[in-house]
Amino acid sequence: MAAAIQIHRIEKSYRSLRALKGVSLTIEEGEFFALLGPNGAGKTTLISIIAGLNRADAGSVAIHGHDVVADYRRARKLLGVVPQELVFDPFFTVRETLRIQSGYFGLKRNDAWIDEIMHNLDLTDKADANMRALSGGMKRRVLVAQALVHKPPVIVLDEPTAGVDVELRQTLWKFVSRLNREGHTVVLTTHYLEEAQALCNRVAMLKAGEIVALDRTASLIRRISGSQLVVRLASGALPEELTPLVSHPDELLPGNRQYTLRINEYVEVEPILATLRLAGAQIEDMQLQQADLEDVFIQIMEGGK
Amino acid sequence: MTGFQTLFYKELLRFWKVAMQTVAAPVLTAVLYLLIFGHVLRGHVQVYPGVAYTSFLVPGLVMMSVLQNAFANSSSSLIQSKITGNLVFVLLPPLSPWEIFSAYVLAAVVRGIVVGAGVFAVTAWFAHIDFVAPWWIAVFALLGAAILATMGLIAGIWAEKFDQLAAFQNFLIMPATFLSGVFYSVHSLPPFWQTVSHCNPFFYMIDGFRYGFFGQSDVDPVKSCAVVAVFLLLLMACGTRLLKSGYKLRH
Repeated sequence: MAAAIQIHRIEKSYRSLRALKGVSLTIEEGEFFALLGPNGAGKTTLISIIAGLNRADAGSVAIHGHDVVADYRRARKLLGVVPQELVFDPFFTVRETLRIQSGYFGLKRNDAWIDEIMHNLDLTDKADANMRALSGGMKRRVLVAQALVHKPPVIVLDEPTAGVDVELRQTLWKFVSRLNREGHTVVLTTHYLEEAQALCNRVAMLKAGEIVALDRTASLIRRISGSQLVVRLASGALPEELTPLVSHPDELLPGNRQYTLRINEYVEVEPILATLRLAGAQIEDMQLQQADLEDVFIQIMEGGK
Repeated sequence: MTGFQTLFYKELLRFWKVAMQTVAAPVLTAVLYLLIFGHVLRGHVQVYPGVAYTSFLVPGLVMMSVLQNAFANSSSSLIQSKITGNLVFVLLPPLSPWEIFSAYVLAAVVRGIVVGAGVFAVTAWFAHIDFVAPWWIAVFALLGAAILATMGLIAGIWAEKFDQLAAFQNFLIMPATFLSGVFYSVHSLPPFWQTVSHCNPFFYMIDGFRYGFFGQSDVDPVKSCAVVAVFLLLLMACGTRLLKSGYKLRH
């Protein structure tokens, strides 16, 4: 069976800037996939190429086996994209907007599904409100609803929770998780890494137009970061031999007393404590933490691994 | 087909929701032209024998309204959608370039015809109007509206800001419209400007359209129709090519 999204050696340049440098990626059907990276890494460019909003200089993208350029009609029917920008058409109400979007995808009588989407995104009360009258959060919900209006098997959300309140995040993730459980493939980009960690079973990290990490979320955290020992010193300084273990370079600045030390195995804790004792440092507080996706992200983006 | 129908319907709804601005205002403007120019020039200008100047003016004003509003509809819709970013809703679905082209152009034609009909309905009260060849009226109104609608689509795709669109409108569309014989017959011009006028496709639209009312024109309506049709085909080829290539739409 064809992959939900097959990206093959995508190249894209804007004048002298190489935004994507031969990116290849396969996202299987039913995955909840995170595409992470700092601003300017190429995430939105890649999503725009998947969505047909942007043309690649080289390479190809297929949705369930349908090329997004040569067979764009089938490919786009299978894809729902929530754009990053908060855009809306000020001429229409929420219901009109959703009916129109539905019609673009060839669906004439789609009110039952439109009502269900509005219910699940808490938009029912605003169905007859003009788009201009909605708050930013409400407009974001409509954007999500527009992407789902044709029940696409592949859903791409480009930073859907940027600048929105907790309530919307919870509502959105509850609904999107349900869709994922029902078999929809979900691709998410976000700067909220705890969201990606909680929701996504697999992660790709983009850096300067290249994929620098690709693995199952849990494996990536285990493989890259292991665990962390957080120590807060009452007195004394961190011995020089321990500084390579510090996760965050900011912690080495003068005046800091709390250090996050990377360890691979718990047996490494005792030698660290011994080193601190020998250096005359007194420990005020100590915690052993499992690393999270944010730690992995920082390590990879700083070029650690 | 549903995609095209929906985009067409959406474009109709877009201008109809602001009909005061998109329909009523141009009708009022045309009526003012008729009242002022008609009053000032009546009795001073005889364009065709036996045709009062006010009567001569009406078809020209109707056609001018058709053309300007057809252009305004497609161009303003596209540039607004591009600048506000909501064009993405049209670019993401599986709409073909032809569907997008047809929907924008036909909706603009409808607006042009609606405004033209409104202008005619009001101005006809002020002048005696004949209908010698109604079919030519319909043919030239539709072809003229389609040409300007397509030009509006091309301008909307090309322009990146309102300023560029205004330049297209003010330095190309407006002069071409005013210099096409809306207010005069090109036969009243010096030979050089007559030749220049014959290079202006807008002249053939208005001249052929006027023939439908009076049975008199500067050029044979069949020739005018051929010129206008060829011009439309060239613009259609250009507009659909731009949409297919994704020029300034799909980067």
